[in-house]
Amino acid sequence: MSANVLFDAPGPRARVRNRVVGALAALAILALLWFVYRRLDDSGQFASYLWEPFQYTDIQQRIVDGLVATLKAFALAAVFSLVLGAALAAGRLSDHAPVRWVATVVVEFFRAMPLLIMIFALYVGVFTSAPLWALVIGLTLYNGSVQAEIFRAGINAVPKGQREAAYAIGLRKTQVMVFVLIPQATRAMLPSIISQLVVTLKDTSLGYIITYEELLYTGNLIAKNSAGFPFIPMIIIVAPIYILMCLALSALANWIERRGRRSRKGAPPKAGDIKAVEAAAE
Amino acid sequence: MNVLLDNFALFREGFLGTVELTALSGAIALVLGVIMAAFRVSPVPPLRAFGTVWVTLLRNTPLTLLFFIAALVLPRLGLNTWSFFRLAVLALSCYTSAFICEAVRSGINTVPLGQAEAARSLGMTFTQTLRLIILPQATRTVLPPIGSLLIALTKNSAIAGGFSVFELFSVQKTLGEEGYNIFAIFIWVAVAYLIITLFISAVFRLLETRLAVAR
Repeated sequence: MSANVLFDAPGPRARVRNRVVGALAALAILALLWFVYRRLDDSGQFASYLWEPFQYTDIQQRIVDGLVATLKAFALAAVFSLVLGAALAAGRLSDHAPVRWVATVVVEFFRAMPLLIMIFALYVGVFTSAPLWALVIGLTLYNGSVQAEIFRAGINAVPKGQREAAYAIGLRKTQVMVFVLIPQATRAMLPSIISQLVVTLKDTSLGYIITYEELLYTGNLIAKNSAGFPFIPMIIIVAPIYILMCLALSALANWIERRGRRSRKGAPPKAGDIKAVEAAAE
Repeated sequence: MNVLLDNFALFREGFLGTVELTALSGAIALVLGVIMAAFRVSPVPPLRAFGTVWVTLLRNTPLTLLFFIAALVLPRLGLNTWSFFRLAVLALSCYTSAFICEAVRSGINTVPLGQAEAARSLGMTFTQTLRLIILPQATRTVLPPIGSLLIALTKNSAIAGGFSVFELFSVQKTLGEEGYNIFAIFIWVAVAYLIITLFISAVFRLLETRLAVAR
Protein backbone atom coordinates (compact mmCIF):
# COMPACT_ATOMS: atom_id res chain seq x y z
CA MET A 1 0.00 0.00 0.00
CA SER A 2 2.94 2.37 -0.43
CA ALA A 3 2.10 4.07 -3.72
CA ASN A 4 -1.58 4.36 -4.40
CA VAL A 5 -3.78 6.53 -6.58
CA LEU A 6 -5.67 7.71 -3.55
CA PHE A 7 -2.96 8.54 -1.05
CA ASP A 8 0.76 8.67 -0.44
CA ALA A 9 2.53 6.47 2.05
CA PRO A 10 1.13 7.66 5.41
CA GLY A 11 3.24 9.87 7.66
CA PRO A 12 3.33 9.57 11.47
CA ARG A 13 0.07 11.45 12.06
CA ALA A 14 -1.81 9.54 9.38
CA ARG A 15 -0.44 6.27 10.77
CA VAL A 16 -1.82 7.07 14.21
CA ARG A 17 -5.14 8.09 12.72
CA ASN A 18 -5.33 4.93 10.64
CA ARG A 19 -4.61 2.84 13.69
CA VAL A 20 -7.37 4.56 15.69
CA VAL A 21 -9.88 4.17 12.85
CA GLY A 22 -8.74 0.58 12.42
CA ALA A 23 -9.32 -0.23 16.07
CA LEU A 24 -12.78 1.40 15.99
CA ALA A 25 -13.67 -0.46 12.80
CA ALA A 26 -12.51 -3.77 14.24
CA LEU A 27 -14.66 -3.13 17.32
CA ALA A 28 -17.67 -2.24 15.17
CA ILE A 29 -17.25 -5.43 13.10
CA LEU A 30 -16.90 -7.57 16.23
CA ALA A 31 -19.99 -5.88 17.69
CA LEU A 32 -21.90 -6.69 14.50
CA LEU A 33 -20.85 -10.36 14.61
CA TRP A 34 -21.71 -10.52 18.32
CA PHE A 35 -25.12 -8.97 17.61
CA VAL A 36 -25.87 -11.58 14.91
CA TYR A 37 -24.71 -14.36 17.24
CA ARG A 38 -26.87 -13.05 20.10
CA ARG A 39 -29.90 -12.76 17.82
CA LEU A 40 -29.46 -16.34 16.64
CA ASP A 41 -28.90 -17.58 20.18
CA ASP A 42 -31.80 -15.61 21.68
CA SER A 43 -34.22 -16.99 19.11
CA GLY A 44 -33.05 -20.45 20.11
CA GLN A 45 -31.33 -21.37 16.85
CA PHE A 46 -28.49 -23.17 18.59
CA ALA A 47 -30.82 -25.42 20.59
CA SER A 48 -29.66 -28.99 20.16
CA TYR A 49 -33.04 -30.39 19.03
CA LEU A 50 -32.91 -28.17 15.92
CA TRP A 51 -29.55 -29.62 14.92
CA GLU A 52 -30.38 -33.21 15.77
CA PRO A 53 -31.91 -34.13 12.38
CA PHE A 54 -28.64 -33.36 10.65
CA GLN A 55 -26.94 -36.12 12.61
CA TYR A 56 -29.11 -38.82 11.06
CA THR A 57 -27.38 -40.62 8.24
CA ASP A 58 -30.44 -40.65 5.98
CA ILE A 59 -30.75 -36.85 6.25
CA GLN A 60 -27.04 -36.52 5.47
CA GLN A 61 -27.55 -38.89 2.56
CA ARG A 62 -30.35 -36.66 1.26
CA ILE A 63 -28.09 -33.61 1.44
CA VAL A 64 -25.43 -35.50 -0.51
CA ASP A 65 -28.07 -36.56 -3.05
CA GLY A 66 -29.12 -32.92 -3.40
CA LEU A 67 -25.51 -31.92 -3.92
CA VAL A 68 -25.12 -34.63 -6.57
CA ALA A 69 -28.27 -33.38 -8.31
CA THR A 70 -26.86 -29.84 -8.30
CA LEU A 71 -23.56 -31.04 -9.72
CA LYS A 72 -25.36 -33.14 -12.34
CA ALA A 73 -27.35 -30.15 -13.58
CA PHE A 74 -24.16 -28.08 -13.52
CA ALA A 75 -22.10 -30.65 -15.44
CA LEU A 76 -24.74 -31.10 -18.14
CA ALA A 77 -25.33 -27.36 -18.48
CA ALA A 78 -21.58 -26.64 -18.52
CA VAL A 79 -20.86 -29.13 -21.32
CA PHE A 80 -23.89 -28.17 -23.40
CA SER A 81 -23.32 -24.44 -22.96
CA LEU A 82 -19.68 -24.74 -24.08
CA VAL A 83 -20.78 -26.70 -27.16
CA LEU A 84 -23.59 -24.26 -27.93
CA GLY A 85 -21.24 -21.34 -27.26
CA ALA A 86 -18.68 -22.71 -29.71
CA ALA A 87 -21.37 -23.24 -32.36
CA LEU A 88 -22.85 -19.76 -31.90
CA ALA A 89 -19.41 -18.14 -31.87
CA ALA A 90 -18.56 -19.94 -35.12
CA GLY A 91 -21.85 -18.61 -36.49
CA ARG A 92 -21.08 -15.05 -35.43
CA LEU A 93 -17.62 -15.22 -36.98
CA SER A 94 -18.93 -16.80 -40.18
CA ASP A 95 -18.21 -15.33 -43.60
CA HIS A 96 -21.82 -15.88 -44.63
CA ALA A 97 -24.00 -12.96 -43.67
CA PRO A 98 -27.27 -14.89 -43.07
CA VAL A 99 -25.52 -17.30 -40.67
CA ARG A 100 -24.05 -14.32 -38.87
CA TRP A 101 -27.47 -12.65 -38.56
CA VAL A 102 -29.15 -15.74 -37.17
CA ALA A 103 -26.38 -16.34 -34.64
CA THR A 104 -26.45 -12.67 -33.59
CA VAL A 105 -30.20 -12.67 -33.06
CA VAL A 106 -30.07 -15.89 -31.03
CA VAL A 107 -27.18 -14.69 -28.87
CA GLU A 108 -28.66 -11.25 -28.23
CA PHE A 109 -32.11 -12.61 -27.45
CA PHE A 110 -31.09 -15.27 -24.97
CA ARG A 111 -28.57 -12.99 -23.30
CA ALA A 112 -31.23 -10.37 -22.70
CA MET A 113 -33.80 -12.71 -21.15
CA PRO A 114 -34.04 -13.37 -17.42
CA LEU A 115 -32.97 -16.97 -16.95
CA LEU A 116 -35.81 -17.81 -14.58
CA ILE A 117 -38.45 -16.72 -17.11
CA MET A 118 -36.96 -19.11 -19.70
CA ILE A 119 -36.56 -22.01 -17.30
CA PHE A 120 -40.12 -21.60 -16.07
CA ALA A 121 -41.55 -21.41 -19.60
CA LEU A 122 -39.64 -24.58 -20.53
CA TYR A 123 -40.83 -26.28 -17.35
CA VAL A 124 -44.50 -25.47 -17.84
CA GLY A 125 -44.52 -25.74 -21.61
CA VAL A 126 -42.32 -28.74 -22.41
CA PHE A 127 -40.72 -30.58 -19.50
CA THR A 128 -43.63 -30.70 -17.04
CA SER A 129 -42.39 -33.89 -15.41
CA ALA A 130 -38.64 -33.42 -15.92
CA PRO A 131 -37.54 -30.21 -14.21
CA LEU A 132 -33.90 -31.27 -14.66
CA TRP A 133 -34.13 -30.77 -18.41
CA ALA A 134 -35.98 -27.48 -18.13
CA LEU A 135 -33.17 -26.28 -15.87
CA VAL A 136 -30.36 -27.68 -18.03
CA ILE A 137 -31.77 -26.35 -21.31
CA GLY A 138 -32.53 -22.95 -19.82
CA LEU A 139 -29.02 -22.72 -18.40
CA THR A 140 -27.56 -23.93 -21.71
CA LEU A 141 -29.38 -21.34 -23.81
CA TYR A 142 -28.43 -18.46 -21.52
CA ASN A 143 -24.86 -19.42 -20.66
CA GLY A 144 -24.20 -20.73 -24.18
CA SER A 145 -25.01 -17.27 -25.54
CA VAL A 146 -22.71 -15.62 -23.02
CA GLN A 147 -19.93 -18.15 -23.72
CA ALA A 148 -20.37 -17.44 -27.44
CA GLU A 149 -19.65 -13.76 -26.78
CA ILE A 150 -16.60 -14.67 -24.69
CA PHE A 151 -15.29 -16.95 -27.48
CA ARG A 152 -15.89 -14.30 -30.11
CA ALA A 153 -14.17 -11.59 -28.10
CA GLY A 154 -11.27 -13.97 -27.46
CA ILE A 155 -10.81 -14.83 -31.14
CA ASN A 156 -11.06 -11.17 -32.13
CA ALA A 157 -8.46 -10.24 -29.50
CA VAL A 158 -5.76 -12.34 -31.19
CA PRO A 159 -3.50 -9.87 -33.05
CA LYS A 160 -4.56 -9.44 -36.68
CA GLY A 161 -1.08 -10.31 -37.98
CA GLN A 162 -1.50 -13.90 -36.79
CA ARG A 163 -4.52 -14.47 -39.01
CA GLU A 164 -2.94 -12.68 -41.96
CA ALA A 165 0.29 -14.65 -41.63
CA ALA A 166 -1.64 -17.92 -41.46
CA TYR A 167 -3.58 -17.07 -44.62
CA ALA A 168 -0.34 -15.97 -46.28
CA ILE A 169 1.28 -19.38 -45.81
CA GLY A 170 -1.74 -20.95 -47.50
CA LEU A 171 -3.84 -22.33 -44.62
CA ARG A 172 -7.55 -22.68 -45.21
CA LYS A 173 -10.22 -20.91 -43.14
CA THR A 174 -10.77 -23.87 -40.81
CA GLN A 175 -7.04 -24.45 -40.44
CA VAL A 176 -6.45 -20.80 -39.53
CA MET A 177 -9.15 -21.11 -36.87
CA VAL A 178 -8.09 -24.49 -35.46
CA PHE A 179 -4.31 -24.23 -35.60
CA VAL A 180 -3.66 -20.51 -35.14
CA LEU A 181 -6.51 -18.54 -33.60
CA ILE A 182 -8.19 -20.92 -31.16
CA PRO A 183 -5.01 -22.10 -29.37
CA GLN A 184 -3.92 -18.52 -28.76
CA ALA A 185 -7.37 -17.27 -27.84
CA THR A 186 -7.97 -20.10 -25.37
CA ARG A 187 -5.23 -18.86 -23.10
CA ALA A 188 -6.76 -15.41 -22.82
CA MET A 189 -10.33 -16.71 -22.59
CA LEU A 190 -9.95 -19.47 -20.03
CA PRO A 191 -10.36 -17.28 -16.90
CA SER A 192 -13.52 -15.68 -18.35
CA ILE A 193 -14.93 -19.05 -19.39
CA ILE A 194 -14.44 -20.40 -15.90
CA SER A 195 -15.95 -17.28 -14.30
CA GLN A 196 -19.00 -17.85 -16.46
CA LEU A 197 -19.08 -21.48 -15.28
CA VAL A 198 -19.25 -20.11 -11.72
CA VAL A 199 -22.34 -18.16 -12.80
CA THR A 200 -23.75 -21.39 -14.26
CA LEU A 201 -23.11 -23.22 -11.00
CA LYS A 202 -24.80 -20.48 -8.98
CA ASP A 203 -27.79 -20.44 -11.29
CA THR A 204 -28.47 -24.17 -10.85
CA SER A 205 -30.10 -23.05 -7.59
CA LEU A 206 -32.96 -21.69 -9.72
CA GLY A 207 -34.01 -25.35 -9.84
CA TYR A 208 -35.44 -24.67 -6.37
CA ILE A 209 -38.22 -22.58 -7.92
CA ILE A 210 -39.22 -25.22 -10.51
CA THR A 211 -39.10 -27.98 -7.84
CA TYR A 212 -35.99 -29.71 -9.15
CA GLU A 213 -34.58 -31.60 -6.16
CA GLU A 214 -31.21 -29.93 -5.97
CA LEU A 215 -29.27 -28.86 -2.89
CA LEU A 216 -31.40 -25.87 -1.86
CA TYR A 217 -34.71 -27.62 -2.58
CA THR A 218 -33.62 -30.67 -0.59
CA GLY A 219 -32.49 -28.47 2.30
CA ASN A 220 -35.83 -26.68 2.27
CA LEU A 221 -37.72 -29.99 2.34
CA ILE A 222 -35.62 -31.29 5.23
CA ALA A 223 -36.14 -28.11 7.23
CA LYS A 224 -39.88 -28.08 6.52
CA ASN A 225 -40.35 -31.65 7.68
CA SER A 226 -38.23 -31.59 10.84
CA ALA A 227 -39.28 -30.66 14.36
CA GLY A 228 -39.01 -26.93 15.02
CA PHE A 229 -38.43 -26.08 11.33
CA PRO A 230 -34.61 -25.74 11.47
CA PHE A 231 -34.29 -23.36 8.49
CA ILE A 232 -31.36 -21.50 9.98
CA PRO A 233 -29.29 -24.60 10.85
CA MET A 234 -30.05 -25.86 7.34
CA ILE A 235 -28.72 -22.64 5.79
CA ILE A 236 -25.65 -22.74 8.02
CA ILE A 237 -24.99 -26.17 6.47
CA VAL A 238 -26.02 -25.56 2.85
CA ALA A 239 -24.65 -22.04 2.25
CA PRO A 240 -20.99 -22.99 2.89
CA ILE A 241 -21.31 -25.89 0.44
CA TYR A 242 -22.42 -23.51 -2.32
CA ILE A 243 -19.87 -20.86 -1.40
CA LEU A 244 -16.97 -23.31 -1.23
CA MET A 245 -17.83 -24.85 -4.60
CA CYS A 246 -18.00 -21.42 -6.25
CA LEU A 247 -14.84 -20.24 -4.48
CA ALA A 248 -12.95 -23.33 -5.67
CA LEU A 249 -13.97 -22.63 -9.27
CA SER A 250 -13.15 -18.90 -8.94
CA ALA A 251 -9.77 -19.79 -7.44
CA LEU A 252 -9.08 -22.00 -10.46
CA ALA A 253 -9.92 -19.10 -12.78
CA ASN A 254 -7.63 -16.74 -10.85
CA TRP A 255 -4.80 -19.28 -10.83
CA ILE A 256 -5.02 -19.75 -14.58
CA GLU A 257 -5.13 -15.99 -15.09
CA ARG A 258 -2.00 -15.45 -12.99
CA ARG A 259 -0.27 -18.30 -14.77
CA GLY A 260 -1.13 -16.86 -18.17
CA ARG A 261 0.18 -13.45 -17.16
CA ARG A 262 3.44 -14.92 -15.90
CA SER A 263 4.18 -16.78 -19.13
CA ARG A 264 6.48 -14.81 -21.38
CA LYS A 265 6.19 -16.88 -24.55
CA GLY A 266 4.80 -14.20 -26.82
CA ALA A 267 2.27 -11.62 -25.67
CA PRO A 268 -1.12 -13.21 -25.05
CA PRO A 269 -4.03 -11.20 -26.44
CA LYS A 270 -5.22 -8.64 -23.93
CA ALA A 271 -8.03 -9.76 -21.72
CA GLY A 272 -9.70 -6.35 -21.47
CA ASP A 273 -12.20 -6.90 -24.27
CA ILE A 274 -13.26 -10.25 -22.86
CA LYS A 275 -13.67 -8.76 -19.38
CA ALA A 276 -16.31 -6.37 -20.72
CA VAL A 277 -18.40 -9.28 -21.99
CA GLU A 278 -18.00 -11.04 -18.68
CA ALA A 279 -19.23 -8.05 -16.67
CA ALA A 280 -22.40 -8.04 -18.72
CA ALA A 281 -23.13 -11.60 -17.70
CA GLU A 282 -23.01 -11.36 -13.92
CA MET B 1 -52.10 -10.85 -28.47
CA ASN B 2 -55.15 -11.83 -26.43
CA VAL B 3 -53.02 -12.81 -23.48
CA LEU B 4 -51.77 -9.25 -23.20
CA LEU B 5 -55.07 -7.49 -23.83
CA ASP B 6 -57.13 -9.71 -21.54
CA ASN B 7 -54.73 -9.31 -18.67
CA PHE B 8 -53.41 -5.85 -19.26
CA ALA B 9 -53.98 -4.74 -15.65
CA LEU B 10 -52.02 -7.73 -14.38
CA PHE B 11 -49.17 -7.09 -16.79
CA ARG B 12 -49.07 -3.43 -15.81
CA GLU B 13 -48.93 -4.29 -12.14
CA GLY B 14 -46.13 -6.83 -12.75
CA PHE B 15 -44.23 -4.38 -14.92
CA LEU B 16 -44.45 -1.68 -12.25
CA GLY B 17 -43.39 -4.21 -9.62
CA THR B 18 -40.26 -5.08 -11.59
CA VAL B 19 -39.49 -1.41 -12.25
CA GLU B 20 -39.91 -0.52 -8.59
CA LEU B 21 -37.80 -3.47 -7.45
CA THR B 22 -35.05 -2.65 -9.94
CA ALA B 23 -35.00 1.08 -9.25
CA LEU B 24 -34.94 0.76 -5.46
CA SER B 25 -32.38 -2.05 -5.33
CA GLY B 26 -30.28 -0.33 -7.98
CA ALA B 27 -30.13 2.90 -5.99
CA ILE B 28 -29.29 1.13 -2.73
CA ALA B 29 -26.76 -1.14 -4.45
CA LEU B 30 -24.97 1.86 -5.95
CA VAL B 31 -24.61 3.57 -2.58
CA LEU B 32 -23.61 0.36 -0.79
CA GLY B 33 -21.24 -0.63 -3.57
CA VAL B 34 -19.43 2.71 -3.46
CA ILE B 35 -19.13 2.47 0.35
CA MET B 36 -17.72 -1.05 0.05
CA ALA B 37 -15.29 0.07 -2.64
CA ALA B 38 -14.16 2.86 -0.31
CA PHE B 39 -13.62 0.23 2.39
CA ARG B 40 -11.64 -1.96 0.01
CA VAL B 41 -9.20 0.80 -0.99
CA SER B 42 -8.95 2.40 2.46
CA PRO B 43 -5.63 2.35 4.37
CA VAL B 44 -7.34 0.73 7.38
CA PRO B 45 -6.83 -3.07 7.41
CA PRO B 46 -10.04 -4.08 9.27
CA LEU B 47 -12.19 -2.10 6.82
CA ARG B 48 -10.30 -3.62 3.87
CA ALA B 49 -10.86 -7.09 5.29
CA PHE B 50 -14.56 -6.39 5.82
CA GLY B 51 -14.94 -5.18 2.21
CA THR B 52 -13.09 -8.20 0.87
CA VAL B 53 -15.18 -10.66 2.87
CA TRP B 54 -18.39 -8.90 1.82
CA VAL B 55 -17.49 -9.07 -1.87
CA THR B 56 -16.15 -12.62 -1.79
CA LEU B 57 -19.13 -14.03 0.09
CA LEU B 58 -21.82 -12.26 -1.90
CA ARG B 59 -20.24 -12.90 -5.29
CA ASN B 60 -20.07 -16.61 -4.60
CA THR B 61 -23.53 -17.09 -3.11
CA PRO B 62 -26.37 -18.05 -5.44
CA LEU B 63 -28.97 -15.29 -5.50
CA THR B 64 -31.73 -17.84 -4.91
CA LEU B 65 -30.06 -18.81 -1.63
CA LEU B 66 -29.81 -15.13 -0.71
CA PHE B 67 -33.53 -14.65 -1.36
CA PHE B 68 -34.19 -17.77 0.66
CA ILE B 69 -32.23 -16.28 3.56
CA ALA B 70 -34.00 -12.93 3.20
CA ALA B 71 -37.46 -14.49 3.09
CA LEU B 72 -37.08 -17.18 5.76
CA VAL B 73 -34.21 -16.25 8.04
CA LEU B 74 -34.26 -12.48 8.46
CA PRO B 75 -37.88 -12.42 9.71
CA ARG B 76 -36.81 -14.74 12.54
CA LEU B 77 -33.92 -12.45 13.41
CA GLY B 78 -36.06 -9.43 14.15
CA LEU B 79 -37.13 -8.18 10.71
CA ASN B 80 -40.55 -9.81 11.10
CA THR B 81 -42.40 -6.57 10.38
CA TRP B 82 -40.72 -6.20 6.98
CA SER B 83 -42.72 -7.04 3.88
CA PHE B 84 -41.40 -9.53 1.32
CA PHE B 85 -40.87 -6.60 -1.02
CA ARG B 86 -38.46 -4.88 1.35
CA LEU B 87 -36.64 -8.12 2.07
CA ALA B 88 -36.31 -8.76 -1.68
CA VAL B 89 -34.89 -5.25 -2.17
CA LEU B 90 -32.41 -5.97 0.62
CA ALA B 91 -31.27 -9.27 -0.94
CA LEU B 92 -30.99 -7.82 -4.46
CA SER B 93 -29.13 -4.70 -3.38
CA CYS B 94 -26.63 -6.56 -1.20
CA TYR B 95 -25.92 -9.03 -4.02
CA THR B 96 -25.53 -6.32 -6.68
CA SER B 97 -23.46 -4.10 -4.37
CA ALA B 98 -20.67 -6.70 -4.37
CA PHE B 99 -20.39 -6.49 -8.16
CA ILE B 100 -20.67 -2.69 -8.19
CA CYS B 101 -17.93 -2.51 -5.55
CA GLU B 102 -15.58 -4.43 -7.83
CA ALA B 103 -16.47 -2.29 -10.84
CA VAL B 104 -15.85 0.93 -8.89
CA ARG B 105 -12.61 -0.38 -7.42
CA SER B 106 -11.19 -1.38 -10.78
CA GLY B 107 -12.35 2.00 -12.15
CA ILE B 108 -10.33 3.81 -9.48
CA ASN B 109 -7.34 1.59 -10.21
CA THR B 110 -7.36 2.52 -13.91
CA VAL B 111 -6.64 6.18 -13.11
CA PRO B 112 -2.90 6.60 -13.75
CA LEU B 113 -0.83 7.05 -10.62
CA GLY B 114 0.78 10.18 -12.11
CA GLN B 115 -2.58 11.99 -12.08
CA ALA B 116 -2.89 11.69 -8.32
CA GLU B 117 0.78 12.45 -7.74
CA ALA B 118 0.51 15.60 -9.85
CA ALA B 119 -2.59 16.66 -7.94
CA ARG B 120 -0.87 16.15 -4.61
CA SER B 121 2.26 17.98 -5.65
CA LEU B 122 0.04 20.93 -6.61
CA GLY B 123 -0.98 20.95 -2.97
CA MET B 124 -4.49 19.57 -3.36
CA THR B 125 -6.00 17.99 -0.28
CA PHE B 126 -7.31 14.40 -0.24
CA THR B 127 -10.89 15.54 -0.85
CA GLN B 128 -9.87 17.82 -3.69
CA THR B 129 -7.80 15.10 -5.34
CA LEU B 130 -10.67 12.68 -5.08
CA ARG B 131 -13.39 15.09 -6.21
CA LEU B 132 -11.59 16.98 -8.96
CA ILE B 133 -9.05 14.51 -10.34
CA ILE B 134 -9.77 10.88 -9.59
CA LEU B 135 -13.55 10.52 -9.51
CA PRO B 136 -14.23 12.34 -12.81
CA GLN B 137 -11.75 10.06 -14.59
CA ALA B 138 -12.85 6.91 -12.79
CA THR B 139 -16.52 7.61 -13.55
CA ARG B 140 -15.89 7.31 -17.27
CA THR B 141 -14.41 3.84 -17.04
CA VAL B 142 -16.91 2.70 -14.43
CA LEU B 143 -20.10 3.70 -16.28
CA PRO B 144 -20.30 0.89 -18.91
CA PRO B 145 -19.85 -1.99 -16.43
CA ILE B 146 -22.35 -0.38 -14.04
CA GLY B 147 -24.85 -0.15 -16.89
CA SER B 148 -24.53 -3.87 -17.56
CA LEU B 149 -24.73 -4.63 -13.84
CA LEU B 150 -28.04 -2.74 -13.61
CA ILE B 151 -29.33 -4.72 -16.59
CA ALA B 152 -28.25 -7.92 -14.83
CA LEU B 153 -30.07 -6.65 -11.73
CA THR B 154 -33.27 -6.22 -13.76
CA LYS B 155 -33.00 -9.81 -14.93
CA ASN B 156 -32.14 -11.07 -11.45
CA SER B 157 -35.17 -9.34 -9.96
CA ALA B 158 -37.26 -12.09 -11.59
CA ILE B 159 -36.19 -14.41 -8.78
CA ALA B 160 -38.10 -12.23 -6.31
CA GLY B 161 -41.27 -13.47 -8.02
CA GLY B 162 -40.48 -16.94 -6.68
CA PHE B 163 -40.60 -15.51 -3.17
CA SER B 164 -44.03 -13.84 -2.95
CA VAL B 165 -43.13 -10.47 -4.48
CA PHE B 166 -45.44 -9.42 -7.30
CA GLU B 167 -43.50 -8.66 -10.48
CA LEU B 168 -43.22 -9.93 -14.05
CA PHE B 169 -42.28 -13.50 -13.18
CA SER B 170 -45.35 -13.69 -10.94
CA VAL B 171 -47.43 -12.60 -13.94
CA GLN B 172 -45.98 -15.48 -15.93
CA LYS B 173 -46.68 -17.89 -13.08
CA THR B 174 -50.25 -16.70 -12.50
CA LEU B 175 -51.22 -16.72 -16.18
CA GLY B 176 -49.48 -20.07 -16.70
CA GLU B 177 -51.68 -21.55 -14.00
CA GLU B 178 -54.77 -20.02 -15.62
CA GLY B 179 -54.04 -22.10 -18.71
CA TYR B 180 -52.85 -19.56 -21.26
CA ASN B 181 -50.21 -20.71 -23.73
CA ILE B 182 -46.98 -20.40 -21.78
CA PHE B 183 -44.94 -19.31 -24.80
CA ALA B 184 -47.34 -16.50 -25.64
CA ILE B 185 -46.99 -15.27 -22.05
CA PHE B 186 -43.22 -15.72 -22.29
CA ILE B 187 -43.03 -13.45 -25.34
CA TRP B 188 -44.95 -10.63 -23.64
CA VAL B 189 -43.02 -10.90 -20.41
CA ALA B 190 -39.83 -10.89 -22.49
CA VAL B 191 -40.97 -7.70 -24.24
CA ALA B 192 -41.66 -6.09 -20.86
CA TYR B 193 -38.14 -6.93 -19.68
CA LEU B 194 -36.68 -5.66 -22.94
CA ILE B 195 -38.41 -2.31 -22.44
CA ILE B 196 -36.70 -1.91 -19.06
CA THR B 197 -33.26 -3.15 -20.11
CA LEU B 198 -33.22 -1.12 -23.35
CA PHE B 199 -34.22 1.94 -21.33
CA ILE B 200 -31.31 1.40 -18.94
CA SER B 201 -28.80 0.94 -21.75
CA ALA B 202 -30.13 4.06 -23.51
CA VAL B 203 -29.70 6.11 -20.32
CA PHE B 204 -26.16 4.86 -19.89
CA ARG B 205 -25.25 5.50 -23.51
CA LEU B 206 -26.51 9.07 -23.04
CA LEU B 207 -24.46 9.45 -19.87
CA GLU B 208 -21.37 8.09 -21.60
CA THR B 209 -21.62 10.54 -24.49
CA ARG B 210 -22.26 13.39 -22.03
CA LEU B 211 -19.19 12.56 -19.99
CA ALA B 212 -16.91 11.61 -22.86
CA VAL B 213 -13.98 13.91 -23.50
CA ALA B 214 -12.34 14.47 -26.83
CA ARG B 215 -8.74 13.31 -26.48
